[in-house]
Amino acid sequence: MNHSQPFVRTQMLEAKEPPLAEKGVVKWMRENLFSSWLNAFLTIVSILLIYWVLDHLLPWMLGGIWNADSLSQCREIRDSLYPDGRDVACWAVLSDRWHQLLFGFYPPELYWRPILTLVMFGAAISPILFNGVPRKLFILTAIAPFAAFWLLWGGSVWMPVVVALGFVIGWAVMKFASMPLGSLVATILTILLPVAYWLFLAGPLAGALDAAVPVGIEAVQTDDFGGFMLALVIGVSGIVLSLPLGIVLALGRQSDLFIINKCSVAFIEIIRGVPLIVWLFTASLLLNYFLPPGVQFDIMLRVIIMVTLFSSAYIAEVVRGGLAALPRGQYEGADSLGLNYWQSMQLIILPQALKISIPGIVSTFIGLFKDTTLVVFIGLLDPIGLSNSIRASTDWNGIYWELFIFIGLCFWIFCFSMSRYSQWLERKLHTGHR
Amino acid sequence: MTIQVVALLLIALAFYWLGHNIVSNLRQLGKDFDFGFLWSRSGYDINQRLIEYSNNSTHGRAALVGILNTMLVAALGCALATILGVIAGVLRLSKNWIVARLMTVYVEGFRNIPLLLWIILIFAIMTEATPQPRDFRGDNPDASMILFDSVAVTNRGIFIPSPVWGDGAGLLLIVFALSLAAIWAFRRYAHKRQEATGDILPVFPVSLGLFLVPTLLVYFAFSAAISRDQYPLMGVGGQQGATLEQFVEENRNPSICAIPDTAVVNLSTELRAIGQRADIVSVSSAAQMQESLQSGDCVLAVMPPDVAATMAGSLDGVDLVTLGQTIDRGRPLQFERPQLAGFNFEGGIQLRNSLIALWFALSLYTGAFIAEIVRAGILAVSRGQTEAAFALGLQPSRTMNLVILPQALRVIIPPLISQYLNLTKNSSLAIAVGYMDVRSTLGGITINQTGRELEGMLLLGLFYLVLSLLISGVMNIYNTSVKLKER
Repeated sequence: MNHSQPFVRTQMLEAKEPPLAEKGVVKWMRENLFSSWLNAFLTIVSILLIYWVLDHLLPWMLGGIWNADSLSQCREIRDSLYPDGRDVACWAVLSDRWHQLLFGFYPPELYWRPILTLVMFGAAISPILFNGVPRKLFILTAIAPFAAFWLLWGGSVWMPVVVALGFVIGWAVMKFASMPLGSLVATILTILLPVAYWLFLAGPLAGALDAAVPVGIEAVQTDDFGGFMLALVIGVSGIVLSLPLGIVLALGRQSDLFIINKCSVAFIEIIRGVPLIVWLFTASLLLNYFLPPGVQFDIMLRVIIMVTLFSSAYIAEVVRGGLAALPRGQYEGADSLGLNYWQSMQLIILPQALKISIPGIVSTFIGLFKDTTLVVFIGLLDPIGLSNSIRASTDWNGIYWELFIFIGLCFWIFCFSMSRYSQWLERKLHTGHR
Repeated sequence: MTIQVVALLLIALAFYWLGHNIVSNLRQLGKDFDFGFLWSRSGYDINQRLIEYSNNSTHGRAALVGILNTMLVAALGCALATILGVIAGVLRLSKNWIVARLMTVYVEGFRNIPLLLWIILIFAIMTEATPQPRDFRGDNPDASMILFDSVAVTNRGIFIPSPVWGDGAGLLLIVFALSLAAIWAFRRYAHKRQEATGDILPVFPVSLGLFLVPTLLVYFAFSAAISRDQYPLMGVGGQQGATLEQFVEENRNPSICAIPDTAVVNLSTELRAIGQRADIVSVSSAAQMQESLQSGDCVLAVMPPDVAATMAGSLDGVDLVTLGQTIDRGRPLQFERPQLAGFNFEGGIQLRNSLIALWFALSLYTGAFIAEIVRAGILAVSRGQTEAAFALGLQPSRTMNLVILPQALRVIIPPLISQYLNLTKNSSLAIAVGYMDVRSTLGGITINQTGRELEGMLLLGLFYLVLSLLISGVMNIYNTSVKLKER
């Protein structure tokens, strides 16, 4: 018999280092940059492109001049600094005019008011955006719109208070009249009473209160609004006002009631089929035709109304998507619990549908915020309008790129962080069932 | 039911209130509601037009020019945006790290900055950072034309070669149409055969061959037949047998009579090469050419040799000579290059800065959105589909065509439709660069001149509404054709 002694290793061998091409930077580059001839070619082209762009852009940007009063002074400084004829940016236009780009012609001593409004707005929407914030802040959310209006435009404190009172009246009617009067009458009263109050009572009441107890801050005209402040005011009020309207329209479009359904569809499709710029021109040229003779509106209010109607149609479509995404069982479950239409919407359907549609609402808001630049065509001074007026002054005649870069960067930061937030939310809300 | 009746009443009331306000406002302003202004003289010029238009045309015609301009930039934009979007969307999924990052920068950069800013930025680049036409002049110019001297990028726009149809172009078109029909028939046949027998015919190479070969063959055959033909040049005054250069020394910037064809394009190219402008008087027949020469409308004429033979010496009181130089008859299809003449480029097609800025900005902006749609569509097809196709033994190209694309397209097309709609509506931003679209003509100058803002804005809104419904209608038909067929 052949006795062979099998060899059994009792110890593990030390692991060998991977070959040089299979580890570290080399491996990464081989896999991610040069995995095939085509990829190698694309990589080299991309690197050349990046180098070319940076080579042109970086010296121009980094060598920029920050201290000058006018473009010609900027050029003098440049020629003395760089005798080789190099072209550099003239950032001095930003240090000279940044306040205009941000606030328009808002009085400089009152800059604290828009800033305070912004802080308040941030605090007011934080309970909506994030879970970890105390719920009590919702009170601030309810007060914020009126306080923001008062802070921005100034004037007597009583006007916003009296207007807010209308909502309180509506809420009270809803709360206490539905039992004795039935829901239909109560709903009609909830709409009619505050409207009647605003139309006939609010103005005299504010006047009387103001005469009795004059409390107010310095008023600022709409003409003085401008820059990113204007874009934010229009964008934010557009989205805040259009959200309820959009939800109502979406419910109308989903509804079985023939007339309401057709009216909602017609409204949504007509608004969405026509560009915003045409609606803005309608606001500036035509809105007076639709109002009783003699009634005049502030141009900014007209723009906000149009922007609200416009984005409510888009929000309606987003919310409709959320409503359609809910499984049928949710509607049936609500019905089987014996809830009526409004109860089931309020307690079961809308919370889920809105949760699904928040990313879409955020992207609608990004779109709306970008679209606020269009108000330049009806004479409001948004950042682009201000860049035109800065260029029209003798000091800064002929300056383009620096202003464009600044405005673009501001918009980019704002919109990009919004879209990141919505992606984060999408991940957070991805909770198993849909 | 009660709610519906109440709602109907409220809506009717609101409409009555609005209508009543409009009527009383119009009465107060002393205006009526009348579309008659569409048929009155417009009195303004439009520099960018696809159809005949002058300031004597009607407002309706101006609106039509604007509508066509809107559709032009929308169609160009949709095409380029789709190309850019598909490329960027696919490259964003590429395994190549640096390319994927570059595409992310492109997408995020364009999506998060207002379109209006991009339009005016590109317009500023086109007007401020490009050379003037005069920089192209001289022996050592500051700027030069690109792509074999055929494209000039100037601050007055981009000049590109324009196609000119010569003799035999009709035949060329017929052959091309026939080969398209043949491609269609072959694909049908190949499909039927595959269904019946399972054999797969090489559809793509045959289609490509049918697309190119017959047309090119006819083109070259025709060119070989006629391009050596020379057309004589007849001049008024000057010496018998003089060269073109000698002739233009006496007649600067001569006006040319010709039946429009490739020969006159070749003549104007030669004239511009010796620094002359070519003023072309189009005539439609030999008799008309004779008349124009006699009346002095033009001093130079190019014509086929048989016409020249009848022409010589037949004109009363006009000293008609035959120049020593002749002109190529040209090819069935040739391209007229832009050439520097005077203070600007002549010949070719001028793409104005307004069009370029609007087109590029719309395409780049919408392309960024389309890239995300394409990426989402490709990601929506699960990996298992690819693996299953490979397991069945399908080649990668067939896997793409038969398995991945049909499923991805189903996800891609609905949002793509809304991007096309957005692009079309966003083309109304033409106002920022002065491109004469329908908003600038009908909704801008016409309204300002006639004071008919109610009617003008109504028509404008109606146009956009109809266009949107049309586009979404057409694309929905396509969508149904690629949609999952469920029974």
